[in-house]
Amino acid sequence: MAKITYITHDNQKHEVEVQNGLTVMEGAVQNDIPGIDADCGGGMACATCHVYVKEDWFNKIPKKEDGEEDMLDMAFEPKSNSRLSCQIVVSDEIDGLEVNIPSKQA
Amino acid sequence: MIKTDALIIGAGPTGLFTAHQLKLIGLNCEVVDNLDKIGGQCIELYPDKPIYDIPAVPECTGEELTNNLVNQLKPFDIKFHLNERVEKVKKENDNWLVKTNNGTSFSTPNVIIAGGVGSFEPRKFSPKECEKFENKFLFYSVKDKKIFKGKTVSIFGGGDSALDWAVELSKECSVNLIHRRDEFRGAQATIDKVHQLAKDGKINLFTQYQMATVKGDKNLESIDIKHDNNEIKNLKTDYVLGFFGLIMQLGPIANWGLNIDKKTIEVDTEKFETNQKGIYAVGDICHYPGKLKLILSGFHEGALAARACFKLARPNEKYRFEFTTTSTNLLKRLGKKE
Repeated sequence: MAKITYITHDNQKHEVEVQNGLTVMEGAVQNDIPGIDADCGGGMACATCHVYVKEDWFNKIPKKEDGEEDMLDMAFEPKSNSRLSCQIVVSDEIDGLEVNIPSKQA
Repeated sequence: MIKTDALIIGAGPTGLFTAHQLKLIGLNCEVVDNLDKIGGQCIELYPDKPIYDIPAVPECTGEELTNNLVNQLKPFDIKFHLNERVEKVKKENDNWLVKTNNGTSFSTPNVIIAGGVGSFEPRKFSPKECEKFENKFLFYSVKDKKIFKGKTVSIFGGGDSALDWAVELSKECSVNLIHRRDEFRGAQATIDKVHQLAKDGKINLFTQYQMATVKGDKNLESIDIKHDNNEIKNLKTDYVLGFFGLIMQLGPIANWGLNIDKKTIEVDTEKFETNQKGIYAVGDICHYPGKLKLILSGFHEGALAARACFKLARPNEKYRFEFTTTSTNLLKRLGKKE
């Protein structure tokens, strides 16, 4: 289990406990957190689960694999701390992770 | 005006198999899809990715699945209207009147929405001002490259479309190519060519830059692009092209008076009918208790919706359930019997 804080564009904080093995995207969808569309269902094929990872966490979580950066080219307003939340797998190591959800996904 | 027993919106796997089921039971149908090709998400998002949960098909890619479904439709004559998006639906007597953005209109008792997560639309620039210039000076696809001749064109994106057009347009225009990072994704040969053209001064390359704003009153005059370090650069430009891939949007269907929750349409599980009589939803776009977003569920939903269409398309006939293994009727329709 890991506690993950999703901060929506209007600065609302949503703190939820997410089971290990799920992705940060699934944690948001299953808890009805607004702003994560995840149109393709986690296939790294749509860039609509885009989040900004707080700087101190960005280097701690597992790095991007091939293809994620390519999809981020298509995301809405990507920044240097952008990630696709479907590619971040929840584990005890990321307990306390904070991510910001962009104003929209497309 | 095209008269048909059923209109299918969406040419993905569910739409294709629904067409098969309609034709098999003796109804005619037409299919509309906003993409320029058949296959929906399978062909647009994951043509090369293997799928492992299609019954009796241990492994196949999105493209193979699409090809197999199209092959299965071979005995039938089905008209596909690609590159068209449905816009309006209106009730007229017992029929639905459906119009597309290209002006094609259909009159049908049955509309089956097999729209996945929506229709594929180009992703757009984020600054709001860009809208004002859209389709005049700012485009998300190239319809007529002649208009760019001798002009300055600023191309955004890092994939094949952006790179191909940068190379092509550099022959007759002044080209700026702007991308958010140093690496490009695309065919290596094209990437090499872009770098060569940049070296030769034929393409002005700006990496780690993104669109900040567009400037101009009536005509587009210039754009501001912003570096990762927040530095702003102003580029004089006549045209802007953006290539950021496609996104799925529910589009005009959202305004059809259907019960929609979180981009899905509520249906019953007998006919897969929506709250509007004669409008059905099948596949990823429909929702009911226990719904699974799997291709196999779409096949089941389409088969049942097709039977429901029979009642409205042939009100004076009785639908008879038959097997393809034994029914002379079905075998004739499949072209297996004279």
